[in-house]
Amino acid sequence: MKKIFYILTIFLFKFNIAYSLIEVDITRGNLDPLPIAVSPLHVDPQSDNYKDVKIKELGELISSVVEKNFKSTGLFNPLNKDAFVQKPDIAHLKPRFEDWSLITAQVLVTGKLLIKDEKLKIEFRLWDVAANKEMIALAFTTTPSNWRRVAHIISDKIYERLTGETGYFDTRIIYVSETGPRTQRVKKLAIMDQDGENTKYLTLGNELVLTPRFNPTNQLVTYLSYFRNLPRVYLLDIETGIQEVVGNFPGMTFAPRFSPDGKKIIMSFAKNGNSDIYTMDLESRLVEKITEDSSIDTSPSYSPEGKYIVFNSDRSGLQQIYTMKSDGSGVKRISFGDGLYGTPVWSPRGDLIAFTKVKGGKFYIGVMRSDGSGERLLTENFYQEAPSWSPNGRLLVFYRETKSGKNGEGFTAKLWSIDITGYNEKELKTETDASDPSWSSLLSK
Amino acid sequence: MKFKKNLKNLLIILVSTLALSACAAGKKSSTGSSNDVYTGSATVQYLATGVKDRVFFATNKSALTTASRDTLRKQASWMRKNKKLNVVLEGHGDERGTREYNLALAEKRANAARDYLLTYGISGKRISVISYGKEKPVNSASTPLAWSQNRRSVTVKTK
Repeated sequence: MKKIFYILTIFLFKFNIAYSLIEVDITRGNLDPLPIAVSPLHVDPQSDNYKDVKIKELGELISSVVEKNFKSTGLFNPLNKDAFVQKPDIAHLKPRFEDWSLITAQVLVTGKLLIKDEKLKIEFRLWDVAANKEMIALAFTTTPSNWRRVAHIISDKIYERLTGETGYFDTRIIYVSETGPRTQRVKKLAIMDQDGENTKYLTLGNELVLTPRFNPTNQLVTYLSYFRNLPRVYLLDIETGIQEVVGNFPGMTFAPRFSPDGKKIIMSFAKNGNSDIYTMDLESRLVEKITEDSSIDTSPSYSPEGKYIVFNSDRSGLQQIYTMKSDGSGVKRISFGDGLYGTPVWSPRGDLIAFTKVKGGKFYIGVMRSDGSGERLLTENFYQEAPSWSPNGRLLVFYRETKSGKNGEGFTAKLWSIDITGYNEKELKTETDASDPSWSSLLSK
Repeated sequence: MKFKKNLKNLLIILVSTLALSACAAGKKSSTGSSNDVYTGSATVQYLATGVKDRVFFATNKSALTTASRDTLRKQASWMRKNKKLNVVLEGHGDERGTREYNLALAEKRANAARDYLLTYGISGKRISVISYGKEKPVNSASTPLAWSQNRRSVTVKTK
């Protein structure tokens, strides 16, 4: 995966951080999205052709990826290009701010690109229309086939400048692709860009696979596979395609996740009807038992600095959420509301824990603080579970299943995302039905 | 004879603990009652004449019911008669629980059936267990009836 992308150079032209006239407040649901004009990037006529990259349309394509990213946040309102009067190349040199202001744009994105000697050179600028000022100017050089990633990186830079938060557009989502009738479902590991593009299938569907999760560098994935009908936690190197079983457990291992430093896998091991939580160090292969209880302990997730673990257990009689130190000491129940709680995941910012709640025959995705206080339910549905955090801790992706009829008709499984404000709930388009999403960290850090 | 007596005592203890835990569960359960165990035979297959291949469970529970124990006793005697037979117990859950918890719960259900077969003198070497969680429903409808048919442990002949 590393080889896919090289930022060869980043030129920092100017960075006017002092004039933060425009700010997007993302702490509340934004009902008044910021009007943003994304001008198509000007294509330098001296550009060469490069393989199957459509050079003439590339400026439009890149700007539409950026636009789509901004639209998807719910915080921005990309304006219709038909209303743009200034030509891309002229706007990029010096926008006529009155014109852009007239179509209500508050910020403007301009840019230009050139393909020369098999290199794509892209430059973009972000302008504050009301203040008549340039906010960012950046340039990238990369291989032309990476134009989509550049579009996502540009989106992240703009998002970061306007919201003060880290971006999340240059990321991928790994999930389980589902096809076929429910009683004979075929499941494959699939990976796609955050915006649903570039879907690739990592397994063939010969065996059941579940719950894939990225390591911190996004090169490895841990997941559950029923290879040879032995359900075990596996490790997959995305680049080489090499898979291996994690550990040598005499029974089912499941619910795997990486530790924040990527050195360990934490998972459940089921033996004689009892599931406990274990870790395995990937280098030393040392296995440690973390919980010791006759109940079901599963769905473990580390806090971002690795000091604590959150998990669910039915030791009180019903499925509830607990935290403990990473050595298994100091177990503390944190969920006390009505109903069942499962699939806790610690936010990358450390402040919140996302979970699935089951109450009165409905499934909820919610968040609570790491001490269990401040529970907020974000969305209610017939069936949904398994939230995974965007790398900036602002969004959750999860999967949702619909009710099926007598013969299983009408059943769908889809990926959805929601802002932790509870706003901007939307379906992520996938080529097939999908479940068990896991969001990568930023690919270019 | 002594062995038989011991076995009998063990069974009494086992049955009473099961009954107790069922009571406790009945009071606590707020999601799905503990008496939503499937009692019909629509999905049931037979390992031999009169020997049902599966037992059913209440929502979020792995305790065996009286009917389940009856079925498992018949399976045990069938296995005693067919000494070369091995079985795999396949544990399952319904679609109304989180995936990972269901994997653990279904493993617990299949092991509850395994433990019962063991108390009836079947060697552990002849029984293997696999959990499919909620991945292999027998009835794909989203109805309480379908869910009750899917919460099961199925005994499958290997060789």
